[in-house]
Amino acid sequence: MEHNTRTVRDAVGRPAPLTASASASHALTDAVFDVAGLTVSYAGVPAIRDVTLPIPRNRITAFIGPSGCGKSTLLRAFNRMNDLIPGARIDGSVRFNGEDIYGADVDPVEVRRRIGMVFQKPNPFPKSIYDNVAFGPRLNGQKKGLDDVVEASLRATALWDEVKGKLKASGLALSGGQQQRLCMARAIATNPEVILMDEPCSALDPIATLRIEELMRELAETYSLIVVTHNMQQASRVSDHTAFFSVDIDDADGARTGELIEFNDTQTVFTGANDQRTEDYVTGRFG
Amino acid sequence: MSTGTTNATSAPDRAHRSIHDATPGSRRRQRRSTVMTGALAACVVAAITPLVLILWQVVANGGGAIGWQFFTDVETSPREAGGYLHGIVGTLYMTGIAAALSIPVGVLAAVYLVEYGQGKRFASIVRFFTDVMTGVPSIFVGLAIYALLVVSSGAGLGFGTFVGAAALATIMLPIVVRSTEEMLSLVPVELRNASAGLGARQWQTTTRVVLPAALPGITTSAILAVARGAGETAPLVLTAFGARQVVTAFQGTPQADIGLLMKDGFSQPFAEGIERAWAGGLTLIAMTLVLTITARFIASRGRV
Repeated sequence: MEHNTRTVRDAVGRPAPLTASASASHALTDAVFDVAGLTVSYAGVPAIRDVTLPIPRNRITAFIGPSGCGKSTLLRAFNRMNDLIPGARIDGSVRFNGEDIYGADVDPVEVRRRIGMVFQKPNPFPKSIYDNVAFGPRLNGQKKGLDDVVEASLRATALWDEVKGKLKASGLALSGGQQQRLCMARAIATNPEVILMDEPCSALDPIATLRIEELMRELAETYSLIVVTHNMQQASRVSDHTAFFSVDIDDADGARTGELIEFNDTQTVFTGANDQRTEDYVTGRFG
Repeated sequence: MSTGTTNATSAPDRAHRSIHDATPGSRRRQRRSTVMTGALAACVVAAITPLVLILWQVVANGGGAIGWQFFTDVETSPREAGGYLHGIVGTLYMTGIAAALSIPVGVLAAVYLVEYGQGKRFASIVRFFTDVMTGVPSIFVGLAIYALLVVSSGAGLGFGTFVGAAALATIMLPIVVRSTEEMLSLVPVELRNASAGLGARQWQTTTRVVLPAALPGITTSAILAVARGAGETAPLVLTAFGARQVVTAFQGTPQADIGLLMKDGFSQPFAEGIERAWAGGLTLIAMTLVLTITARFIASRGRV
């Protein structure tokens, strides 16, 4: 599986995977995000602590780890969705093309317009397929050329041929897999640089999952993707880089805090992890 | 749950028992189920009996007075022939203005409470007073409007359509707020997140996602509030005051109302007036019924 994807990727002329190295000194020539010392806390309790890692541009980065390791929390830190949760607090920095998205003069809404998100459960609006996709561009006041944006976005998610005759039908009338692709099209329509995906296939059947995974590979040509997944096969199939997180349970008060154990290219994580905990997890001895 | 010993002794039993053999105690359970189902059915009958009796009484006593004249003529005195045109006009007039006053304010207040006021002290104060207002006796609402708007120590507007509508709006407002609040809370958080994730500002999420998704529910609650307002009489005694002709003035002239005419009709010993009062009750019930059915219809079509 893994080998197949890599061959395909080489065939389309993508740069060769980055060389493996120790997680702390993982060198990247081009990172879209640079996370440094990031801690996200809810009501004073850290959910994930002191994360430092780069996110490579135009690649797929997978976040894996057991439940409660804070990987979804970390994902939401990339487009400031945690700001919407009362009591959430963020320390450290997330640099997006060199600029800290948590800087004092940064508008979180502007961040979310640049960094799209696809959620675990497909969540189309109770509106027509067309209006779902046109939602983002309309927020910015766009009125002309919406037809083209809608068509291009639906083509990009391989949904156009399935829905072109019923753009006025409700987005909720689609199947689960189609709904999730609609949500991806909706995110693409805002022309983001990065797409964050929070377990995008966990509510889908295997065939729909496969379509989404194929789509992710295609989207990685244009966008940088970060994918949180519970499914290690999925991480090994689709991602270029993998970050493994684990939970640290405080002996004194039982508080669970996630931490980054290893960040490496996916092949290394799954075949020769540097950290014993990573190897235990990916081989099923833990978690 | 069960120990190893019981398992060992009961296992052969289970293997040989026919499916037709009753489990011990199951007869008793069945009997109890029958008794309870019967008791519940009796409660349902008890609950709808008054409604059926009211409908029967109203139709039997007032049905005879329903006719062309009832809807086209006014009643100059319960003693003489006439109709309730002025009351119907007044009730619709005042209910319409009351709806125009209370629905926008109520919906906006609910939007504030759900979308902007979460965890804020001011919001919990508003919520508390809305609850209190729901329980205030309606005659007292009329009295309050009388003191605030009608008499010269207040705004000095005198009796009329507008002050009657203001009293009805005061009754309807908390109903609109609380039920709209409920409808807005039903909009899934996933939709709000999806909208925020696409870079919508909060007001954009509210106007483009939350309100459209909740619209059928909000319409339903607004109609039910209107139905409630249309049936109110007590708050109008000291505000609309009642009239014996069709009143089109917005304010300053006492306005008629079906409920007020009924009170007059029933309190005087004239057969014609009493029959018309029953017919007025029938008219009010019919209006409320039409509104409620419309609301149910919209609610059943909508999906949040």
